[in-house]
Amino acid sequence: MKRAPANKVLFLLALAAIATCLFAGFLTEAPNRLVTGKPLALWQALGTPVLLAAILATGALLVLSWLRQSATVLCASLFAAGALLFLLFFAAGEAAGFLMKGARPAQRIGLGAGFWAAAFCLVMAMIDAAQRLKLGPAGRLLVATSLLLPLAAMARWGIFDQLSLLREYAAQRDAFAAQAVRHCALVAAAVAAALACGVPLGLLVARRPHIAGAVFGTLNLLQTIPSIALFGLLIAPFSALAAAVPGLGIAGIGAAPAIVALMLYALLPVARNTQAGIAAADPAIIEAARAMGFTPRQILWRVELPLGAPVFIAGLRIVLVQAIGLAAVAALVGAGGFGSFIFQGIGQYATDLVLLGAIPTILLALAADFVLGIAAQLLLRKESA
Amino acid sequence: MIELEGVSRSYGDRRVVEDLSFTVEDGAFCAIVGPSGSGKSTSLRMINRLIEPSAGTIRIAGEDIATLGLTRLRRRIGYVIQSGGLFPHWTVEDNIATVPRLLRWDEARVAERVRALLELVRLGHETRRKYPHELSGGQQQRVGVARALAADPEILLMDEPFGALDPLTRQALRAELARIQEATRKTILFVTHDIDEALLLADRIAILRDGRLLQYATPQEILTRPASAFVREFVGGAALGLKLLAQRRVRDHLHPGAAPAGEPVAQDAPMSEALSEMVLRGAEFLPVRDAGGRIAGSVALADMLR
Amino acid sequence: MSARRYRDPLLWLAPLFAFFVLGMPALRPVFAWAFPAVEPPIYAGDTFLALWLFHAALVAVSSFASLVLGIGAGIIATRRWGHEFRAILEALATIGQTFPPVAVLALAVPALGYGALPTFLALTLYGVLPILQNTIAGLAGVPEPVREAAEGMGLTQAEILAKVELPLAAPVILAGIRIAVIINIGTAAIGSTVGAVTLGAPIIGGLVGDKTSYVIQGAIVVALFAILTDACFERLRRRLERYKASGARRDPPGGWQVAGFGARVRAKVSGGSG
Repeated sequence: MKRAPANKVLFLLALAAIATCLFAGFLTEAPNRLVTGKPLALWQALGTPVLLAAILATGALLVLSWLRQSATVLCASLFAAGALLFLLFFAAGEAAGFLMKGARPAQRIGLGAGFWAAAFCLVMAMIDAAQRLKLGPAGRLLVATSLLLPLAAMARWGIFDQLSLLREYAAQRDAFAAQAVRHCALVAAAVAAALACGVPLGLLVARRPHIAGAVFGTLNLLQTIPSIALFGLLIAPFSALAAAVPGLGIAGIGAAPAIVALMLYALLPVARNTQAGIAAADPAIIEAARAMGFTPRQILWRVELPLGAPVFIAGLRIVLVQAIGLAAVAALVGAGGFGSFIFQGIGQYATDLVLLGAIPTILLALAADFVLGIAAQLLLRKESA
Repeated sequence: MIELEGVSRSYGDRRVVEDLSFTVEDGAFCAIVGPSGSGKSTSLRMINRLIEPSAGTIRIAGEDIATLGLTRLRRRIGYVIQSGGLFPHWTVEDNIATVPRLLRWDEARVAERVRALLELVRLGHETRRKYPHELSGGQQQRVGVARALAADPEILLMDEPFGALDPLTRQALRAELARIQEATRKTILFVTHDIDEALLLADRIAILRDGRLLQYATPQEILTRPASAFVREFVGGAALGLKLLAQRRVRDHLHPGAAPAGEPVAQDAPMSEALSEMVLRGAEFLPVRDAGGRIAGSVALADMLR
Repeated sequence: MSARRYRDPLLWLAPLFAFFVLGMPALRPVFAWAFPAVEPPIYAGDTFLALWLFHAALVAVSSFASLVLGIGAGIIATRRWGHEFRAILEALATIGQTFPPVAVLALAVPALGYGALPTFLALTLYGVLPILQNTIAGLAGVPEPVREAAEGMGLTQAEILAKVELPLAAPVILAGIRIAVIINIGTAAIGSTVGAVTLGAPIIGGLVGDKTSYVIQGAIVVALFAILTDACFERLRRRLERYKASGARRDPPGGWQVAGFGARVRAKVSGGSG
């Protein structure tokens, strides 16, 4: 038996998960949605079979962290951490259902700090295992889907329905759908506009490098301005515009200034990435193409753009993630989106409403980042192959 | 004096250095040569304990280095590596002053030492304010040598210091090193894969292959009595005779007195250079000049065979 | 040389900023004319000076905390004994920066209630990530021969860290600090929604009460604050990179703005090396 665990990261994460589950509140209990919940300990929440399964899985993780980290051990760790994560979610849902039986309708059972911390540690443990296994894009996609699909299925079957977060969602169902569409529409419109303006701009700078300083200087200035300030500064001109031309269908507050601001923020990454993508094309290849008789336009479409695609996609990733996050702030100027739940919740002191806005935003950003990351990697592979 | 006794180093099952034993006298120039992967760098780095030996003992001035404090040991040894390793964010002056300042010398003494060292490595005094990136490769290595010598260590370890330089600079720096060694009489351990460099500079050569010591002897002895066929091939093979000739100086075969006409050869030149001249001119005798430029005598083709 | 001096942005940014912070009431007639419906024309909840001081204090303290945590963790991740944690810390920094700052702020509320404390926590947590990422990248970027030479010369591990590794990594670490601070200035403004007293107060107050002139006043001050801070960082960056060859210093053509906040974008474009 070695004197130290072979995988200190996993060991520490497993210990942290246990500690937070035991000592911080696993669930919270509140008489209504406006009051902060009292923490409930783990043993008050879990039934015996689930508790046993959890102890088994946790024990497995601790033992696995001590062994030599072969591929089998790592896969086992991945599986054990994932299983424990399911158990955690399942237990929370079941416990909420049990505690809500016979309670007043206004009663709220929420997810406590212990739950979140433990879930976080387990996700980190899975990431650690995935990294040590050196999983490629396909592997990571597989792990992500095998984690999310069962959780989605559990949600479908109504396991989580008694948790306060989902009860809030049930109450806001229609509004949620509308705001979700709104949020995506804001992001899509802004990114589309940024691409339409930014790509030509980037191409221009690639062809005329001497204007790079002025162009990127201005765009950089825009990036430095805090989002809330830019939204604010655009309200006045848009109000004036709306007053002058009422038929335009825009208002001072609302989607119009938000989309413009989001587009302005996206311009720098788009233009920079286009320019970098063009610059990434090996000059030797361009010269060979010229020697073969390609016209400049043909070179652009057949050589530079395809070669620059991976860099561009990588940049698009940043653009999307940034836009999703900034769109949440746009709710302050009345543009709607998930941010409206966040700020309504803050105003009403209703935590679950805040979470109803924050969590989808985070998940959307993570999803966009993940998908585009894989896309970029696949493109890069295709290129080097 | 540096003594290696049964020194070995393994990584798992891989034996990088095996049972290395030899002694380097004070003030001697010892070259460690061998093909790639023969364990030369590893051996060198065991002396300043950048790598710890798996077995065996290394003694410096009679003390087992394993018992000495790491930093105190290293501050007594100068270390020069192939890429120089100059600190890019410090001026030449600050680089050279590194160890003296660590040893808390007062600033006046440090400044004087920097001045003396820059002179020793033949770099202008104005170089001291420059940053490494402003210097050429050769200049950077001169600074590297100066930095290694700064605290006046007894021993100098050099790991292929001229490997990354062009042939002309390499030649110049070799000559400089020989001159410096002559002047300062440091104990130098010099790793190189270039046998000619070793033959030129070293008092003793250690030939390594696959981690084992094949021969440890003077250049003369290695050339005349190579320990194995491999050593023979490695050291020159078919060109052994010419290399042996390169070890002798014209002044050792000088016939004083009358000399034939023509461009004289320097008396400090190696005999191989004299042979080359004789071939070019088709002459069996050459005039020899001394350090002052006066004709000192002659040298004969027949002397080559003695 | 003097013509260059006059193009130094700090020279006109600082007075401009000072004017707006201290002299906003002087613009009373301008705002009264532009927005006649708003009474009083200038935001009166607090002086802009007081708001700026609270805002700056919040950003400064949280940035300092982020600095300590981020650089500390980054140093640990690049030591031989902490090497095992490097990959997971890098993953954490990357994933964490995908979270929108406003979401992190929103999540801090259930945990810590309302006021300056959740804002401080959110700012600190979010600020750690770019600093951690850049500390790791900077320290890992120290050329191996330099470290080997330093060790061979007899510097202790602590001396190597303090005299060689950190100074050489400083420009990259500074870029991370810059990103953290600039983002935090924006997030702190949003912190007004959870009760922190910052320059976001006039903006939020103006949005809620439909008083556009307040929004503009607040927006101008916080925007100038961010731009001014970025300019100061650029100055600092130039000073730190003095020793580099002028090619490596990446002195951008046309001025200081290019290498500012956009450096984050650039760093991600070229895979983290900037």
